[in-house]
Amino acid sequence: MARELSPRRRATLTTAAWTIGFLIFFPVLWTFLTSFKTEGEAIAIPPSFLFFDWTLENYSEVQERSNYLRHAMNSVIIAFGSTFLGLLVAIPAAWSMAFSPTKSTRGILMWMLSTKMLPPVGALVPIYLICRDLGLLDTRSALVVILMLMNLPIIVWMLFTYFREIPGDILEAARMDGASLRKEITYVLVPMAVPGIASTLLLNVILAWNEAFWTLNLTADDAAPLSAFIASYSSPEGLFWAKLSAASTLAIAPILVLGWFSQKQLVRGLTFGAVK
Amino acid sequence: MATLHTRASARAMLSPAVLLLLAWMLIPLGMTIYFSLLRYNLLMPGLESFVGIENYQYFLTDPAFFDAIWNTLRLVGGILLITIVGGTLLALLLDQPIWGQGIVRLLVIAPFFVMPTVSALVWKNMLMHPVNGLFAWIADIFGMQPIDWFAEAPMLSVILIVSWGWLPFATLITLTALQSLDSEQREAAEMDGAGPLSIFFYIILPHISRALTVVVLIETIFLLSVFAEILVTTNGGPGTATTNLTFLVYAQALLQFDVGLASAGGVVAIVLANIVAIFLLRLIGKNLEA
Amino acid sequence: MGIRSLSLAVGALLATTALASAETLTIATVNNGDMIRMQKLSDAFTSEHPDIDLEWVVLEENVLRQRVTTDIATKGGQYDIMTIGTYEVPIWANQDWLVALDDLGDDYDVEDLLPPIREGLSVDGTLYAAPFYGESSMVMYRTDLFDEAGIEMPDAPTWSFIADAARQLTDKENEQFGICLRGKAGWGENAAFLTATANSFGARWFDMDWQPQFDSPEWKETLQFYVDLMNDAGPPGASSNGFNENLALFQSGKCAMWIDATVAASFVTDPDESTVADSVGFALAPDTGKGKRGNWLWAWSLAVPAGSQNVDAAKTFIAWATSKDYLALVAENEGWASVPPGTRTSLYENEDYLKAAPFAQMTLDSIMSADPKNPAVEPVPYVGVQFVAIPEFQGLATAIGQQFSAALAGTTSVDQALTTAQQLSEREMRRGGYLN
Repeated sequence: MARELSPRRRATLTTAAWTIGFLIFFPVLWTFLTSFKTEGEAIAIPPSFLFFDWTLENYSEVQERSNYLRHAMNSVIIAFGSTFLGLLVAIPAAWSMAFSPTKSTRGILMWMLSTKMLPPVGALVPIYLICRDLGLLDTRSALVVILMLMNLPIIVWMLFTYFREIPGDILEAARMDGASLRKEITYVLVPMAVPGIASTLLLNVILAWNEAFWTLNLTADDAAPLSAFIASYSSPEGLFWAKLSAASTLAIAPILVLGWFSQKQLVRGLTFGAVK
Repeated sequence: MATLHTRASARAMLSPAVLLLLAWMLIPLGMTIYFSLLRYNLLMPGLESFVGIENYQYFLTDPAFFDAIWNTLRLVGGILLITIVGGTLLALLLDQPIWGQGIVRLLVIAPFFVMPTVSALVWKNMLMHPVNGLFAWIADIFGMQPIDWFAEAPMLSVILIVSWGWLPFATLITLTALQSLDSEQREAAEMDGAGPLSIFFYIILPHISRALTVVVLIETIFLLSVFAEILVTTNGGPGTATTNLTFLVYAQALLQFDVGLASAGGVVAIVLANIVAIFLLRLIGKNLEA
Repeated sequence: MGIRSLSLAVGALLATTALASAETLTIATVNNGDMIRMQKLSDAFTSEHPDIDLEWVVLEENVLRQRVTTDIATKGGQYDIMTIGTYEVPIWANQDWLVALDDLGDDYDVEDLLPPIREGLSVDGTLYAAPFYGESSMVMYRTDLFDEAGIEMPDAPTWSFIADAARQLTDKENEQFGICLRGKAGWGENAAFLTATANSFGARWFDMDWQPQFDSPEWKETLQFYVDLMNDAGPPGASSNGFNENLALFQSGKCAMWIDATVAASFVTDPDESTVADSVGFALAPDTGKGKRGNWLWAWSLAVPAGSQNVDAAKTFIAWATSKDYLALVAENEGWASVPPGTRTSLYENEDYLKAAPFAQMTLDSIMSADPKNPAVEPVPYVGVQFVAIPEFQGLATAIGQQFSAALAGTTSVDQALTTAQQLSEREMRRGGYLN
């Protein structure tokens, strides 16, 4: 991996990488900085980057107006709930497709992916009516189930591509050694499958966290996650950049921190069959 | 015996997912198809009646319909192009032994965690605005005329905003694929005097092609229904320059509350999306074969 | 159905037990400043009414509208109080979706409501939503720039005066633009502004037979005037500027004039936010001498959906939030300038208010001169100044707004935009059964 590079070349590449990284990160950083400005400073030209009167006013306003913790809790429950439920259903399915593929396996996979292609807004009224009749409007359970179904195709597919790379020979070898099925699973399969499952989990938590159509349209108050929290700060009459930035920072922070800490796990399983 | 047994258990393992998705598909999709045959406007209750294919006729003859299809393709194509090319280049760069690689990687993946509405608001007003935005200020410093993004290049602007959000995804997956590349193979090629370009095209690209296929497929699925960014920035305008199919359906469903028409639009969109998907699979399907 | 009746039964049971202790009102409202203030001050209400709990759902305008419309039309029953505008009230009231608000208590003084606002929220003389704040539109201008250029703004300017002044005050080199107007596509954005403007040019959306009128010379004059003016004297990016973008431009001193909602007056005169706070003047929206001005009328109002389980408590809250006492409460806590404007005659007779809000008289005059039942020079079959209160309007006006913004951006011609607008509306009117 670590190939030899001349220090000069290394320095050039490092500078390039840092510059690009900084540029890509810049809008996020800018949002973060703006959250400490007053509304007037937020739209001032020329903009001030660091030398302005740092204020926590926006955060205290957000604190006063919304129950951030409850929205965040709802987001956590909905994102993780739907992902765990999805994994529960998807692991056996992907497993069986990967290890006992049939002629129809590919067809089934493609069909599953195609269920994701209906624009959500086209199905809003049917889903709304179903939730109403089941008494599930503004409940977390409804969102857990719906987001699970939304992301299930992706989950199955990611796991399938990952599981397929686990060589069947190893299973055979373990069997020859006389390992019991339980041992086979615990010592051979699980260690090999865990990275794939972990990154599938993380990716889908992120997708569910950022989902803002169903979460907004099926909730009122009790089950409203952070997307609704954001919607109460975006585009009122009047200046709102600083307050929106504060709210956004609060909404992004948990998932960003999770993403950063689990980056290695996220990446390890995202191979999609590229590992030979 | 054994195979029969395995096959049965395989089917048992597969069926919950299939059944769930079948239900998910049949119930809302079935209802959507049913509604698409009705005259049904939420704001005019009591007037529901069966009208056959009238809604489809109406949706398909919408003057914005063909623009919307074209825009949808341009939008998806543009974003794919930017994220695939950009993601690959970025991944190649990050794969080099640079100082602080981990931190740069953290910076690069950050946009993936930003909700679409927020990123659209931030880009439109704080960065791209031709008077109050940061880009205009920078252009001004260099004595250039600020670009009036949403009037001069509305579609490009939307493409840029969405690409920013999806670039990290492409980069991460490509990077993972790159890191699994056998370095001996590469070194051997270098020994043989292969230049960086031919190493890229003959060794690296084939190796990451499967990962790229995956990026294309997953992104396409999500990008076909890009919506928040358009609503926040241009509302589909100017003219129909940024109206995609999802936006057209939105206008029927949540502005007009014409459920019949919106359902017809939803069905049309899913049919078109599947056509795109089939083409896509033909083109890149080989990479997905077991 | 079985499940539904079961859940209803359980719900009813829960509701009865809840009644014994406290009622919970779920209030859906817009995230504008005045509503946020209502939320903050609502402790005063709950301490008077310990048996009523309040739950707030505060959302941005577009999301809120989607949510409450879907909910009321499908009888989802998630809200007890909804914040809606003058566009929704006549349509919803005609569907019997709203509880009549004809008994808001003896102290309510319904006669005190400003007549145009009250009329806009009533159907057949019955009030269906109580106005929380009302607005019209007017000209806001920079007195310092006008003085410097030696131009004097009349109280009731004409469009040609506005156009001349705008061109004279434009200095694009120094990012000084004569006029900022809405250009972003949307029924509540450029379509609202241009519909109100068209009224003053003698244009209208439909004739008495619901025949669309975009092929009329008056519409052509309106749109041509607007596009020419904005090209000569408007800021770059005008075709994607809405209320907030223009507000930011005006507050940072880039616009000499801005014609928009009267509520903007309190923002642009607020020294904490605005760099031009002490040099803003106000004038009526312009006209062309045809008898109508280009100002609109809007009122954010509180209404009770017909399915609510807590109608009485909801009415109690609405009576509180739209009362004279509430205005006094805001004044006491935040000063008179922060009082929600545009709903009550008595507010405009209050010396303290008139002193604190320099824009008060102009706001009142603008509201009083708007007539939602007769918005255009010629008679029309619809209600609404900057909108047409029919269900088809939001979608249609958004599509037409896209055409207008294309004309402004220069990607299509004025004639082409109007031809397309005409085709779109004929199509929609035929589908809606208004035309044969």
